[in-house]
This record gives sequence, structure tokens and C-alpha cells, in this order.
Amino acid sequence: MKEIICTCCPKGCRLQVDEMQDYRVTGNGCPNGAVYGRQEATNPVRIVTSTVRIRGGLHPRCPVKTEQAVPKKQVPAVMKALEKVELQAPVSRGQVVLQDICGTGVNLITTRSM
Amino acid sequence: MYDLIIVGGGPAGLAAAYRAYQSGLRRILIIERDKELGGILNQCIHNGFGLHRFGEQLTGPEYAGRFIDMLQDTQVQVSLDTMVLAVTPDKKVHCVSQKDGYRVLEAKAVLLCMGCRERPRGAIGIPGTRPAGIYTAGTAQRYANIEGYLVGKRVLILGSGDIGLIMARRMTLEGAKVLACVELMPYSSGLTRNIVQCLQDFHIPLYLSHTIVDIQGQNRVEKAVVAKVGPDRKPIPGTEITFDCDTILLSVGLIPENELTRQAGICMDPHTKGAVVYEDMETSIPGIFSCGNVVQVHDLVDFVSDESEKAGTAAAHYVRCGEPSGGRVLELQPGSGVGYTVPQRVRLNHVEKTVTVSFRARRIFGKSSIVVRSGDAVTARYPRERVTPGEMEHISLPRVLLEKAPQDTLTVQVEEA
Amino acid sequence: MYDAAIIGCGVVGAAAAYVLSHYDLNVVVLEAENDVAEGATKANSAILHAGFDPEPGTRMAQLNVKGIALAKKICSRLDVPYRVCGSMVLALSPEDLPRLRHLYENGLANGVPDMQLLSAQETLQKEPNLSKQVLGALWAPSAGIVSPWEYALAMIEVAVRNGTKLLRRSPVSAIRKKDGVFSLTVPGGTIESRYVINAAGVYSEKIHNLICQPRFHILPTRGEYYVLDKNEGNLVHSTIFQCPGKFGKGVLVTPTVDGNLLIGPNAEEVEEENRSCTAAGLHFVEESARRSVPGFQLGDAVRSFAGVRANVDTDDFIIGEAPDVPNFIDLAGIKSPGLSSAAAIGQEVVKILRDKHDLPDRKKEYRDGRRHIRFRQLSPEGKKRLVQEYPAYGRIICRCETVTEGEILQAIHSEVPAWTIDGVKRRCNAGMGRCQGGFCGPRVLELLCRELHMDPLQVQQDRDGSYVLACETKQGGNPHV
Repeated sequence: MKEIICTCCPKGCRLQVDEMQDYRVTGNGCPNGAVYGRQEATNPVRIVTSTVRIRGGLHPRCPVKTEQAVPKKQVPAVMKALEKVELQAPVSRGQVVLQDICGTGVNLITTRSM
Repeated sequence: MYDLIIVGGGPAGLAAAYRAYQSGLRRILIIERDKELGGILNQCIHNGFGLHRFGEQLTGPEYAGRFIDMLQDTQVQVSLDTMVLAVTPDKKVHCVSQKDGYRVLEAKAVLLCMGCRERPRGAIGIPGTRPAGIYTAGTAQRYANIEGYLVGKRVLILGSGDIGLIMARRMTLEGAKVLACVELMPYSSGLTRNIVQCLQDFHIPLYLSHTIVDIQGQNRVEKAVVAKVGPDRKPIPGTEITFDCDTILLSVGLIPENELTRQAGICMDPHTKGAVVYEDMETSIPGIFSCGNVVQVHDLVDFVSDESEKAGTAAAHYVRCGEPSGGRVLELQPGSGVGYTVPQRVRLNHVEKTVTVSFRARRIFGKSSIVVRSGDAVTARYPRERVTPGEMEHISLPRVLLEKAPQDTLTVQVEEA
Repeated sequence: MYDAAIIGCGVVGAAAAYVLSHYDLNVVVLEAENDVAEGATKANSAILHAGFDPEPGTRMAQLNVKGIALAKKICSRLDVPYRVCGSMVLALSPEDLPRLRHLYENGLANGVPDMQLLSAQETLQKEPNLSKQVLGALWAPSAGIVSPWEYALAMIEVAVRNGTKLLRRSPVSAIRKKDGVFSLTVPGGTIESRYVINAAGVYSEKIHNLICQPRFHILPTRGEYYVLDKNEGNLVHSTIFQCPGKFGKGVLVTPTVDGNLLIGPNAEEVEEENRSCTAAGLHFVEESARRSVPGFQLGDAVRSFAGVRANVDTDDFIIGEAPDVPNFIDLAGIKSPGLSSAAAIGQEVVKILRDKHDLPDRKKEYRDGRRHIRFRQLSPEGKKRLVQEYPAYGRIICRCETVTEGEILQAIHSEVPAWTIDGVKRRCNAGMGRCQGGFCGPRVLELLCRELHMDPLQVQQDRDGSYVLACETKQGGNPHV
């Protein structure tokens, strides 16, 4: 039995997820919680927001994010991949920085123009 | 002569400027001290912004970007790298920049959107030495996200509000070790999502009902001593834990930056530390409005935008139609369980259908009601499942109910079921 | 070879340097830290005492009264902020009244001008925010407040301008004397000088004992303070003392030249380097201060700090040639009223040289005076003209104190340049305000790097070892998820 706090809405229901029973979720205050609980117990995912180096821009760093959530266990690899990136200004918001980052199928994009 | 001068080009100023433009004003100037628009959002590279307004979870720069893009198509002028030094009661704005020198600009209306500063160590008097390595979370955030530097490698965070939690994750992802997050209260005021994704994800312990009682280190932080506190929030001797750290991040409160407001002689609310405002965000000086974090500290930027649009509309109306006078003015008071209300004053004949009142509770309430009373009469009642200080509450007071209020003072309080 | 080597560049060393720089002497100042005024000079009550406190007949008494008269002239000439606000010693209980009279008599004997003994009513009229328990006060209008570090900085800057050599990061580890010449060992090598002037503050005993027979014992004494927000700065107009009595020496409440309110200090013997604030000490300071001024808001504190002063086991300053080592001049045990006496102490050195017939002529060309631009104090017209002429003054870096880029550049390029964040702060106030450098810190760092060609990772907050940043982001490190 895994106890997970739901983060869908501020209520923060305490979910009980039973791995032995096909990841059945109890304690959720709404259907979203059931979906979240199962996902979080089986394949937790996170959106990664960070920065990369940029040359010639207003600042030395440009903020970036993964366009969708990536598996939580791949976050360290994603962070490592960012270290090698150096953008050249100008960049536009939403520009793809790395495609299919770390084989996740998710693109890394800028979150501002610089 | 400008129609409207807006002091501050962060989320509040941006939303207000666009709305004022949409409402028909043309000579609008935003004065921003930084090199770009966006305010604090530029360094808030994490997501979670805009869920209410756009139905998406945007990062800070993306949220600011939406408004900056909208403004591109308008004739709203912007003075960057310019600091406002004073706003006079007759709406003259003194400002200075390298590019344009010292200027005194005149406007028919002024909108104050200066945001907040962070509470520093000195204001909470943590004993110990004064080494390098003690930063407010926002300063560490600026260094990390804008300049590209980590302020330290072994970090202790005081305060579990969202800024502290966000920085716990940010520092960890960039290779620092965050030893713990220490919170004075018995609960965290941060969003649950952040507790999970910033602390739990990285196995960073959260010490509730604890505080830092000593800082050691001659030139750079070397140790922090943390102790448990009792119900009186005073340290309990014998409960000390020592952390070997080189950095302490303080996330211990935001203070609205109202230097200009006070200098102008505008009435201040000691509860909010912001200006006393009317239902449309006008201050005690006709034609001077205020909105955003400088009026009350918000948790969600979406509501900053709502509030600022209200102010932008009102400023435009003031410039075009002047100030209708007369009519009943109601005074809103925080009652039991409530820390403050915004607005503090309501002019009934300025209210079309409803007034939105924002406030924060003084403690956590379970199933309860928000009750608005005038004398003994209950003007309005709103049920709630949960009310906490960490989440700003909003209620919509209909004009028709306000007109019925027997007295001119209304109290807003929270009553547990 | 130098004529004189001054050890220590606090306010006493700086004053000695300033006075000596008027004469045709080759003088070097050896400062252990990376900046001047790093000891007690930057962490004291910032008061120019009227002079009724010291025992009549002591050097302390004489130098205090002479010192503040000189200070006012020097501060005026060197554009150092000071204000003659007067001071009051309060009688808060009946036993205090005869003590006030005693201080009054002291003051008369010491030559303190214009003192008055006030009734309770007169006291409260002058200072309405005092405790209503006040029974009377000794009023001394000649007392004042000053910026102690700027006082030291201004004096050493002008001395350097006129030929004095200042070596920072130069702690003296050994002193030898041969054939009438001293050899002082510093990290950079050896300095040779005919005279040594010991102005080393809490370390003056250690320095003295490097070559002289022990003669006095320094008792480093820590005092803790609160600095309150400028909103509280008008609570009192003059410096408010308490009568030393059954509660001990009592703490003071005073406005500062910048408009803040300063309360403190307590007094505790510590190790020289213990500048830590303690919960008990700060609590004592608050409780004691409320006896004089009950209504200040501590929630509006901007900062708390502690300074360690050089208390000594004698009843007076130790000023003079060491009996066993000719030409080794002690300026030691300079506790309160040290700041007030500094300029007069500097002149004592000249007296000693003159008495030894070893004082050369005054320099024919002396470039005295100093004009410090403070943007926030200019009129709108003045601000406009300044920015027109020098655009660097058009960018405000420190919002809380309204300090411009121009002033920060001034600090970084002054005759005694700032090398650190706090060095900039002491020279132009950037970072002294409500947000305590939270907003301007990164910007000051950027300017230091640009102007001094430093890497951001090399920038220090204050003393050596106080690095501001650890490393760049995007370096690697494995966050465990």
C-alpha cells in the first residue's frame, strides 16, 4: 500500500494506492485523484524546468522546460543533458532546444525569447 | 501629460496597462526599474502559473510573455532601466534613468504596482554571526536563474512557503545538497504540490514547528543550529539540532514595497502593509490606484492579473469620466479569524453588480462559513470545506445585499461549523 | 624605509595617518584585513560623546572633549555625515538623580559646554517619546552622532592622497628592532620604519607584546545592537543614555546619521573574534532600551550586529611611548570614548614626535578636503544636473537607500577602493536599507566584477573567505530523485 498526497487541487487528499490490487486508489475526493494516484504509483512523471547557457543574450541563462512531463527517474539524465547546451541569441519563445530529450519522446523548449 | 503612468512593469502593471488600453486610454507609460518587463516572473522559471486564467500550467516567463505580447500591439510606452523616486499627491512622477536623465512626468492617473521585497534576517533577529552565505530565497533564485550561479552547496532553508520550497528543488537539481526545510509554524503555507515535488521527490526533510536559533561561521556560514518551538513559537531548550551547511536561504515573508505610497501621503492599512483601497483599487488620493502584491501579498499571479485589470479599468474610467462623488461608503473590517480585507472601503455607487473581496484567514479552519455581518445582521454567508492562511480567499458580495446593510461597517469573519 | 608604520586602520589608525600626513613624513599604514575600519570602528554606537563621562584629569577626559571639537571640523571639511544632536542621560529612578549631578560636575571639570540639568517636564518636552517614568535628565547639546566608518575612510583617503601608503591584507606577525630601525614582518615581506604606532584595537596587546614588555591587558568586550527601520528614526531627536546604576551600564537609544534608530550595546567579555549576536544579549538590549523609549517597534528591525571593543585593565587610554622600546608608540585600550577622541589621539602622536624633536615641517602642498556625492540628498534640480553630466548617476542600484551606479563606481575607484560587497556598502550605503542588499546585492557584485575585472566566484561579502557564490549552474551534480 502506497500513501500518496494528491496534487491535482489544493485539497491534497491522502490517497491509498494498493499495488496488490491493480493499483486501486482509495481516499480520493474526486475522479482526478484516482487517475493521479495510479500514475504516481506506477510511472510518476514530472515537468522539468531549468535553464541553459546562452551566448549574446540579455542574460547568461535562458529558461527552458520539457514540453510534457517525463518519467521522474529520468530527471537526473535530463538535467545532465542540459549542461552541454549552449544557445546563441536571439532565440524565440517555444523554440525547440533538444528534441526527444534522453529518449523520452518529449522536446525541451525555451520559455522566453532572448 | 500622460493619461496613465504605471509604476512597475511586473504582472500587475502589465495586466493593468493592457486593460487600460482596451478601455480606451492612449497615452499610457509603464516605468520599470529593470532592463526588461516581467518583474519577478522573469526569475520564476518553474511552472504552475496561469492555471485559473489560461487553463495551462505556464512558467513565470511564459505568463509574463503572454501579456508582453499583447502589449506589443498597443501604443503603450515603456521606460526601462528607470527608477521612480517619488509620486506626488498631484500625480507628478519623479523618475531617473541613464538614458533620459531626471524627469518629472505628469499624468491624469497613476497606478502603483511596485510589488514586494523579501523579509531579511535582520527583521527576525536570528542570533549568531553574520557570515556570507545567508540569502533570501528570491536573491538565490535571481542568482541561479538569471545570472547562472549557485549561492552555495550545502543548504538549509528557513520557511516552507512556496519560494523556499521552489528553491529547495532548484538548488538540488543544480547539484547542491539541501539538508532540510525548517518551518516555524506547525503547518506549511506552501502548496501541497510543492511539498511533494520540491521536498518529497528529493527526500528533503521538513521540520515543522522548528526555527533557526544560531548561525555559526566566521566569514562564510559553517553551521546552523535548529530547535523545536513550543505553541508560543519560542525555542525549547534541549531540542537543538546542528546542521553543517554553507548556505541558509530565508523564505520568511514578503513585504509590500510601499515607500512611494507612503511618501505620497496615501492612507496605509497596517494589516496588509499596503494602501487602503476602494472597491476599484483606487487609493485615498483620487486618481491614484494600486494593485498587485504591493496592495496585498498574493499566492497566485492569476488573481494579481484579475485585480490589476480591475484597477486598469477604474483608472481608465477615472481619466475619461472623472470621479463621481457622493453615495454611501461602506467600511470592511477583518473580524475573527480574518487577517485583513481588500478592499477596505466600498463606494456603493461604484459597484455595478458585485464587489470581490479578498482576504486571508489567520489560521487553518476545517468545514466553516465566511460570514459578512453588518451590526447584528448577516449580510452574506459563504460555505467552505477548508480555509487556510496559505490560500487567499475571495468572496463576491452582491450590491443588492450591500445596500441592505444596516450599518456602514461590515466585518468579514470565518466561523467554524 | 618609512618614518612611521601605523599598525591598524580603524578610526584611530586613520586619524593618526591623517594627522601625520600633514607633515613631511614617509608613513605606511598596515591593515590586517582586506579593508579599513573592519574592527570596532564599524560596529559601535557612532556617538561623539560630549565628554562628561570620563573621570576628570584622565587623558580620556581631555581627549574626548578636544576630539569631538576636532571631529566636527574634520567631518565638515571631509564631507563625513555627522549631526550635533545633543545627548541626554536619563534619571529613571530617584538614585539616578545624584548620579546625574555627579556627571554634570564631571562635565564642568572636563570643559563640556552648555550642559543643563532638566526637570522631568522639561525632559519630556524635549523628547516626548521617552518613558513617562523619567525623573529628569542631564542635557549636553555639544554631543553628536557620526558615521564612524566613513569618518575613518575619509581620513585615510585624504592621507593616501597626500602620500601615505596603505597596505591591506598585511597583518604584522613579528617586530624586531636593530640599530634604531624596526622591522615588521607582513605577508608581503618586511617593512622597515623608525617609529611604530600601535593602533591595533583589540589586538593592541598582542602587537605591543611582539617587541615590548607586557604593560596592559586588553579585555575584548562585545556589545550587541539592533538597527531599526527609518520609520522609527524620529522617535528621539538626540542620543538617549541611561544612568549607570543597579541595572548596569544601561543601553542607549539614538538616531543615526542615516535616519535609523540604533539601540544597544550590552557588555560581555569575549574572545577577540566573537562578534556573534546572542538571543539573551539581544533580549537584554531590547528590554533595557524600553526603559528609556518604550514604544519602538522591533518588528521593524533592519539588522542586529555586535562589535568587540578594546576594553583594558587600566583606568585610562594607553597613549605614549613604550617605556622599554623607544619610538614604539601605543595608542591602545581605546574603548569608549575612542571614536570621539580619535582625532585628538592622532594629534598626540604629533606631540610625541615634537617633544622628541623629531617632527619635520608641515608639507608645503597639502590636498585637503573631500566632496562626496550623495544622489539621494540632492534637490531635483541637482539630481537633474548630475545625471546630465554623468549618466552613471542615472541608474539607481540600491532602491532602499536610493544609491546610484555612479556612487558605487566612486566607491570602487576611490583613493581607498572598495574590493568587497560590504566595502561598497560602507562607502556609499548600498545594501544598508530595509532589504539588506537582497535586491542590489547581485547588481553590486556585477559592478565589482566589471570594474575590477574579477570573476563573480572571487567576490567576497566582507572579510577574506566570505565568498558570495559557490559555483556556476550547469556544472553537474547528481540530484537523487
